[in-house]
Amino acid sequence: MRLINRHPDRPSRLLLVILPFALVLFAYFMGSAERLTDNPNDKLLPSAVQMTDAVKRLAFTADTRTGEYVLWQDTASSLRRLAIGLGISALAGLCLGIAAGTLPLFGAPLSPLLTVLSMVPPLAILPILFIVFGLGELSKVMLIVIGITPCLARDLEQRAREIPVELLIKAQTLGASTWTLMLRVVLPQLLPRLLISLRLMLGSAWLFLIAAEAIASTDGLGYRIFLVRRYLAMDVILPYVVWITLLAWLMDWGLKRLTQRAFPWYEGARA
Amino acid sequence: MSFITVKNVWQQYADQVVLEGLNLNVNEGEFCTLVGASGCGKSTFLRLLLGQERASRGEILLNGQALAGEPDASRGVVFQRYSVFPHLTVLDNVALGLELPRSPLLGRLFGSAKNDAREQASVLLHKVGLGHSLDKYPAQLSGGMQQRLAIAQALIMKPRVLLLDEPFGALDPGIRKDMHALLLELWRETQLTVFMVTHDLSEGFSLGTRLLVFDKVRLDPHAPGAYGARITYDIPLNSDRRVNRAAVDALPAELAGTLRIA
Repeated sequence: MRLINRHPDRPSRLLLVILPFALVLFAYFMGSAERLTDNPNDKLLPSAVQMTDAVKRLAFTADTRTGEYVLWQDTASSLRRLAIGLGISALAGLCLGIAAGTLPLFGAPLSPLLTVLSMVPPLAILPILFIVFGLGELSKVMLIVIGITPCLARDLEQRAREIPVELLIKAQTLGASTWTLMLRVVLPQLLPRLLISLRLMLGSAWLFLIAAEAIASTDGLGYRIFLVRRYLAMDVILPYVVWITLLAWLMDWGLKRLTQRAFPWYEGARA
Repeated sequence: MSFITVKNVWQQYADQVVLEGLNLNVNEGEFCTLVGASGCGKSTFLRLLLGQERASRGEILLNGQALAGEPDASRGVVFQRYSVFPHLTVLDNVALGLELPRSPLLGRLFGSAKNDAREQASVLLHKVGLGHSLDKYPAQLSGGMQQRLAIAQALIMKPRVLLLDEPFGALDPGIRKDMHALLLELWRETQLTVFMVTHDLSEGFSLGTRLLVFDKVRLDPHAPGAYGARITYDIPLNSDRRVNRAAVDALPAELAGTLRIA
């Protein structure tokens, strides 16, 4: 049978899903064990025990100086920044996208502007953000907002243009004004697309968050990783990276489920 | 005076003339079917009537008034595809037409007004045979059912003119026949003036009270876009239906009203 016609059945699919993860873990711990037998003080590839100890210290032991649990404190700070940034971006992207995609008079000036803005590398203007907004929370949130809003807006503009003109005409024959047309026809059709765009932009949002935290912050997941880098503390960095990955994956999964639940009519949600 | 008057209408895109010197008088309640080769301007003429495009020259009068230059609630439309809103249930697709004009701020009704609109929509949907799928989304309906929905959606506005752009072009022959029966029944019950573009000549003959054939009379082989189409044949059809319609129209209004409801 040709390879293209061979499909894994349920159990073998599960096996195939687990296999690459298992291989990566196996390779890591083999390497780790080998290095640690050579030199018990090796810091590069910490063992599972060392990493568990680090997690215990950071997540389940109160910091002696501040009395806080470092991992949870970092997570809360980072997630708050991410949520505010994503929320503002989603709202701004939706408004800009709808305006540019449905109203030709708004699209004419907005569309080229958004295209140019989305080409500005956000990290290149990070210094400007620090200068303008200071080193506080605002500049970190703004980096996320500036980084992903133009891309979101462009995507939604494109989706708004893809709404068949027949539907817009039909809505007008049903007595819609420009405003009610956008409210009841364009907006609801773009909401599931917004969630999908957000999922695609999650990676960039995390990137900008960690970059901002690495450079100027006093807490946050990105801050911690860059702080302990000085001590070559791979036993902290690796669990943090895994934790960030898990959080990002959970957000992606949550958004996917939300799209399916909230917009049962949307075909793309099933994919 | 006729209900719709088309006076010397030309439609031209860049150097391509699509329609030239179109003149037409249509009485209220006529069922005009528009036939002709592909690209001969039938759909363009429909878009002019809809207000989606404006004529390059000439004018179209509705009841003696120049036609509004954009689509509005006086003219309903059913396209071949994309006529219904995928994000609304069958019931809400039709109720939307009652909600939009009454709520200019939110485009949405609440409480008893909403129930009222849904009630009216439900009555109409039962009539077009969609009573059992009120809560489905259009994607869950077959092509024929979607077109039934699109027709109901247009009719809830009680438009005076119904424009149909190859509404049954994508349907199976059997389904198409059912749709013809439905359309004729609705046309008989309402005062509707119908314009229907079709590729199916027999459909054009069996449904219409008037068949309009669009064709190019002049053709320059070196400049295919130089001349546009005109109405080359204007054939009265189905005289029995015309007579019936005229007889009902001659009756006093209140009596005619009860007849239509019955």
